[in-house]
Amino acid sequence: MRNRLFAVAALFESPDKIIKAADAVASQGFRKFDVNTPYPVHGMDKAMKLKPSKLGFVTLFFGLTGTAIGLILTYWTMSVDYPLVIGGKPFFALPAFIPILFELTVLLATLATVFGMFAFFFNLPHNDHPIHDTEYMKMTSYDKYGIYIESADEHFDESKIKRLFTDLGAVKIYDLAYPEKITYPIFEPKFVTFLIITFVAVSGATYLTLNKLLYITPFNWMMDQLREDVQDVSQYLPDQPSMRTPVQGTVARGFIPYPYKGINNPTEVLTNPILPTQENLNLGRKKYLSYCSPCHGNFGNGDSRLRGQFPNPPTLHSKRAREFSDGMIYHIITNGQNVMPSYESQVTREERWAIVNYIRVLQRAKNAQESDLEVAKKEFEKNAAQ
Amino acid sequence: MQHSEMNYVKKALPSNLRSIGLLLLIAGIILGLVAYFIDQPRAMFNYLISYMFLISIGVGSLFLISLEYVANADWSVPLRRVIEHLAAIIPLLFILVLPLFFSIHDLFHWSHPEAVSEDKILQGKAPYLNATFFIIRSIAAIVIWSLFYFFISRNSLKQDETKDQKLTKTNIKLSAAFIPFFAVTITVSAIDWMMSLEPHWFSTIFGVYFFAGTVVASLAAVTLFVVKLKEKEYLHPKVTNDHLFSLGALMFAFVNFWAYIAFSQYLLIWYADLPEETFWFLHRWEGSWTVFSIALIVMHFIVPYAVLLAQPAKMDMKKLKFISIWLLAAHLLDLFWLVMPNMSVHAHGYVFSWIDLVFPVFIVGFVILVFYYRANKTNLLPSGDPKLNRALDFHI
Repeated sequence: MRNRLFAVAALFESPDKIIKAADAVASQGFRKFDVNTPYPVHGMDKAMKLKPSKLGFVTLFFGLTGTAIGLILTYWTMSVDYPLVIGGKPFFALPAFIPILFELTVLLATLATVFGMFAFFFNLPHNDHPIHDTEYMKMTSYDKYGIYIESADEHFDESKIKRLFTDLGAVKIYDLAYPEKITYPIFEPKFVTFLIITFVAVSGATYLTLNKLLYITPFNWMMDQLREDVQDVSQYLPDQPSMRTPVQGTVARGFIPYPYKGINNPTEVLTNPILPTQENLNLGRKKYLSYCSPCHGNFGNGDSRLRGQFPNPPTLHSKRAREFSDGMIYHIITNGQNVMPSYESQVTREERWAIVNYIRVLQRAKNAQESDLEVAKKEFEKNAAQ
Repeated sequence: MQHSEMNYVKKALPSNLRSIGLLLLIAGIILGLVAYFIDQPRAMFNYLISYMFLISIGVGSLFLISLEYVANADWSVPLRRVIEHLAAIIPLLFILVLPLFFSIHDLFHWSHPEAVSEDKILQGKAPYLNATFFIIRSIAAIVIWSLFYFFISRNSLKQDETKDQKLTKTNIKLSAAFIPFFAVTITVSAIDWMMSLEPHWFSTIFGVYFFAGTVVASLAAVTLFVVKLKEKEYLHPKVTNDHLFSLGALMFAFVNFWAYIAFSQYLLIWYADLPEETFWFLHRWEGSWTVFSIALIVMHFIVPYAVLLAQPAKMDMKKLKFISIWLLAAHLLDLFWLVMPNMSVHAHGYVFSWIDLVFPVFIVGFVILVFYYRANKTNLLPSGDPKLNRALDFHI
């Protein structure tokens, strides 16, 4: 049985003839016809009396959409949501945004043009067009120029059209029929069964493979770690704590032991290793005022507000105190004396020596000699001259 | 076979075109001379704008011709004579440039030795910016343009008689050689005549900026003449809307290119925000110059973009005529905006004077006369060109 006729087609030899044919066909009032050529033939739009394409409006609309999106994007991100000062420019720095607006405009306009062309104007995807797989189509993509008029056209008249084509100089005329309708039944029981079996087989195989065949013990969630918890019983050494006691004689990093610790009246002491620089004296003054002055007074007179409440703290200006070596004062601070406790834990080694230096300054200031006055006077004059 | 182009009969242009051109030219020259004696610097600045405008049209046209040859374009063949007639301005630049040489001191700050002696930047630029080298460069540019114009147009005219296809090949080679020369000379001209008016300022894109304006102006001039000639039926009847469409599309493209380049120049300077670059734009944003700056964007980009965007507009004779006149005015404004603020009178905004209106009259008269005399001596259709048949059958 012959299938329903889709169109009558004709092949022509040259671009001039196809232009003439298209013009004649369009002039006779046919609307549902199309031309197939191996390459774009100039002037075809006019010959076919086609209206200007509407594609430009798609481009325009999406181009403007791109501009708007770009503007909102830049404005929202740069000026509203997360305003940043960049190069001292205002938050809404339009010149800097224009490249983004431009790019988005071009991007959306071109993408919309291409996809709009495919989807709305070419009606793609369209796999079963009747002119596919025909000799007519083969020849038009080789060296012939083809035209066909669809049977759906209101002026369609098979014999008249064939005469028209012959008059126009067609080399060959075809009847293009609709192709056999091939259906692919989806819900056939066999097919459904096939789907189910495939599903079960694939998912079952996947499950078995992943969970049984290739099973690897997973990392056990950080709960059982090979580590010792502090202040716990050791996992490795029976009856011992997890934290080990250091070996006898272990010294902390940076720790310098004090050899005369606990001796009340040492026969020998350390010598002062630190020079009384301005910086060091400032440190000593600070530490002295913090730790020593509450008892010994701000200037070492032993006149703090604690006087009378305790055994009175001694003055640091007594002859005995002045004749102490630096090392002895250091020893007293480190070790404590009589009521005074050890300050070893509060004041570091360097700070203790700084305090010693500062005490020396206080002592000299309080018991100045004539020669000291000379020096002070000279200093004063020198400063005044400046 | 098609022999329609052989039936082309040369039609003489109406002689009232000559009277109009002559009238405008003489009026322009007389008013220009009056202006010169009233306000010499102002007249010379205006004359510089006119000179740059004529370079734009003349040299830009020669560029369009070479573009046709290099791209092996068909569509523009029947219009090529119109472009060649406009390129005939080029040899006349030898005369036009002379008044500028005599007033270098009025125009260019760097030409004053006392100014250079107390300015370190000018001293650094002195090896380039000095009157001798300046004149050599200007003359060299005109010599290069004239040589290429002479050979290309001579070959084209010879072909009318001999129908020798080899001449087209020679012209393709000449055009390919011309384009790099054109790139250098147009850049140097832009830098010399306009950028060096403010010798402390620099912009590496300036040459391209002027080039963009040049192509827009020459395309607009060509379109204007083509539409006018087609209206009066001087062109071959087969020169159709499709040919006009190509002109319109090129014009649209170069309007966009100009905007792209102009914005690129602005964006980089605005972004870097260096005082030695920004002052040039800040000056053009001072007082009434603001109006000119905004008008330039509107005239040179927004309006032509909107008018030429749609496809039918690029074929519409009325719209093309309007927009080509509009774009010529826009290019004049562009040059005005580049050159004029450098005059000390305009330090804090534009100060109007009738002198500024005189020189466009001179330009229009000059271009019409050059076109008239060149067109009357030659064919308006390159009847010997091997591509002519194809060109007349051109369809989009």
